[in-house]
Amino acid sequence: MDPLDLARWQFGIITVYHFLFVPITIGLSAIVAGYETAWVRTRNEQWLRLTKFFGKLFLINFAIGVVTGIVQEFQFGMNWSDYSRFVGDIFGAPLAVEGLLAFFLESTFLGLWIFGWDRLSPKLHATCIWLVHLGTLFSAYFILAANSWMQHPVGYSYNPKTGRAELHDFFAVLLNKVQLATFPHVVMGAYMTGAAFVCGIAMWNMLRNEGEVRETFRRGVRTGAAVMLVAGLGVAVTGDISGKIMTEVQPMKMAAAEGLYDTQSNAPLSLLTLGSLNGEHHKAIVEVPGLLSFLGTGSFNGEIKGINQLRAEYKATYGKDPGQKYYSPGDYTPMIPVTYWSFRIMIGLGLLAAAIGLLMLLVTRRGRAPTGKWWVRGAVVLPFLPVFANSFGWIFTEVGRQPWAVFGVMTTAQGVSPSVSAFDVWTSMTLLTLLYAVLAVIEVKLLLTTIKAGLPDDAPPADDSDDIDRPLAFAY
Amino acid sequence: MELTTVWFGLIAVLWIGYFTLEGFDFGVGMLLPILAKDDRERRVMINTIGPVWDGNEVWLLVAGGATFAAFPEWYATLFSGFYLPLLLILLALIVRGVAFEYRAKGHEDQWRNRWDACIVVGSFLPSLLWGVAFANILRGVPIDADKEYTGGFFNLLNPYALLGGVTIVLLFLTHGAIYIALKTDGPIRARARELGLKTGLGAAVAAVLFLLWTQILTGNVGSAVFYILAAAALVAGLAALLKAREGWAFIGTFVCIALAVAGLFVALFPDVMPSSTSSLYNLTTSNASSTHYTLTVMTIVAVIMTPIVLAYQSWTYWVFRKRISVQHIPQERLEAPVG
Repeated sequence: MDPLDLARWQFGIITVYHFLFVPITIGLSAIVAGYETAWVRTRNEQWLRLTKFFGKLFLINFAIGVVTGIVQEFQFGMNWSDYSRFVGDIFGAPLAVEGLLAFFLESTFLGLWIFGWDRLSPKLHATCIWLVHLGTLFSAYFILAANSWMQHPVGYSYNPKTGRAELHDFFAVLLNKVQLATFPHVVMGAYMTGAAFVCGIAMWNMLRNEGEVRETFRRGVRTGAAVMLVAGLGVAVTGDISGKIMTEVQPMKMAAAEGLYDTQSNAPLSLLTLGSLNGEHHKAIVEVPGLLSFLGTGSFNGEIKGINQLRAEYKATYGKDPGQKYYSPGDYTPMIPVTYWSFRIMIGLGLLAAAIGLLMLLVTRRGRAPTGKWWVRGAVVLPFLPVFANSFGWIFTEVGRQPWAVFGVMTTAQGVSPSVSAFDVWTSMTLLTLLYAVLAVIEVKLLLTTIKAGLPDDAPPADDSDDIDRPLAFAY
Repeated sequence: MELTTVWFGLIAVLWIGYFTLEGFDFGVGMLLPILAKDDRERRVMINTIGPVWDGNEVWLLVAGGATFAAFPEWYATLFSGFYLPLLLILLALIVRGVAFEYRAKGHEDQWRNRWDACIVVGSFLPSLLWGVAFANILRGVPIDADKEYTGGFFNLLNPYALLGGVTIVLLFLTHGAIYIALKTDGPIRARARELGLKTGLGAAVAAVLFLLWTQILTGNVGSAVFYILAAAALVAGLAALLKAREGWAFIGTFVCIALAVAGLFVALFPDVMPSSTSSLYNLTTSNASSTHYTLTVMTIVAVIMTPIVLAYQSWTYWVFRKRISVQHIPQERLEAPVG
């Protein structure tokens, strides 16, 4: 493999891996904060025990999210130096602001939250975890603004003298229409992920416990399921809006989502197909007429452009050197099987999670407690569904943009670091992948141990702050 | 003043924040097997930095992000050029970061010893390599007309750069030992003071040699003033430590690191990455920078946010101001074993 392919694989591996943990962090911080606030308000100890139980799981997850995030901050310079030179004037700013606004807030107030149980008043302590959550939202906003700019570059112009893209409207970047749909879509997805995590784990523990503990976990199941359904609705609505914007700014991606080769009104969405998806042996098994048109345009009779027409169109627009340093001759079609299947897996897993959440809400209503191993299985599977839906969503949106790194402006191939050799990337990819695999095993073990250990039996923090030899409320 | 100069200064401030703050938590990490006699003392040490190390590390992330935003060419050349050392730093920071959280989750010796090793290596390697990297930036590395680094990995391991790495390690060890003396009580506090004096002497010798060498290589009058003041701060800090004035001693090493890093940036200016191939290819604050518009936007954000960040980070240190000793470490509730 050449350095370009290696760098792409490495980017894919470490970014998908990082984003397994990020949505859990965003969603779970909000839910834990909600539990702690419920405890502060009602002084019902069940809420405190849920706060501490899910707080522990949150920290195990957060640790990996943070350390894998460090790589994200540096990998643009390391592996994509020509990309960084070309877009740094625009892309760097949201990254720097993310650090200044979000990372400091998250890390500082998380430290206060972890160690501050006996140092801060309950209200102030709960405020800390809300600020951590706010930090995760800031972080999501700025990094997604950077990504949205790659999907739909706005607020800049190309400067032939410096040979790079230069920012002239920061607010256009922050309020990019792609961003305005993507941010809520991703955040709602994250809430759904955190909620599925809570709902599944609480369900599993509810099924194997009795009495007070069971009742406490019932609250976990019901709050988790409720958040998941509301967030799931949000995901669907924002996803729909995203689809329409995507059809407008990146029509090829929408055509690639279906493998639609020829422009069509009333374009169908196939649910399952057989064949190679190369346009000739494409054989749909189950098809919903007009659905692709509806997703893309809001009307069942709307026109969706086909890959063949778009290819010709893109060639006419981008195929000749527009006098810029970066232009792209060649084919403009992403890898259709990848976009086709990742689009379906994203939606399918999300719907399945929502369905399980709804069932769990129903069977736990009015003090009911289900029995049977199918509920155990559902509880075990549930947390994974939105996690992988997120992954496939990103695989769809990033692969669907190819061959571009910045749509219509710079291809991925043009962005790679010229001074980094295949040996360098082999080394980093191998070491990072191995380390990440080991960490995944450890993280899952730790999560399982903590889940099995069940609710912590803490009383609320005692107020005997005069005793200077009193042990810390929390210590590593 | 030019905005590019302002941002050069701000990036210097971010690195100063990183080295002065993460410096002591790296020091504590490296000293873990040396200062602590048993697991409870190791836990005392880890808990002195527990609430703050992650916030300290963010200074690095922001320095990286700010370099990307303000000097994209610098960010691109530096990080693609120093690829393998950076990879080692990242790997070290990854294992170190999870180690703090995960170490406490198991009670077997083997589990803890492994994570302790991660903390030690994860603190030592970045300290050494940041020293090596900065020394190389000052000394100049092969950069061609396309602003690409053309040297290899071993080009970075020259005696001057290695001395830079050793200096940073010794300074951080001293900084960390003094921090332990300041934040703990009991036998470990006295041991930390003693050790701080020993490593402090080593750090003083290494720092004088390294700064002198740097001054000869790249220095100007301004950098010389910073280096002399840095050395004076270190001496004053060690003198305070000798008299068991731990607070003043910590201020001493803190100021020493801050002034030394400031001096390095003064010596570097107006270059950001000089080329040893030809001075025509030097990356400078003007040919590596973003546009005036981007720098203006970033300046506004930095002016508003930096004081807020400093305020709440300082507050954290105030909240956790109490000394920790072994009796503060809670008895462990034995959970199911892991690992």
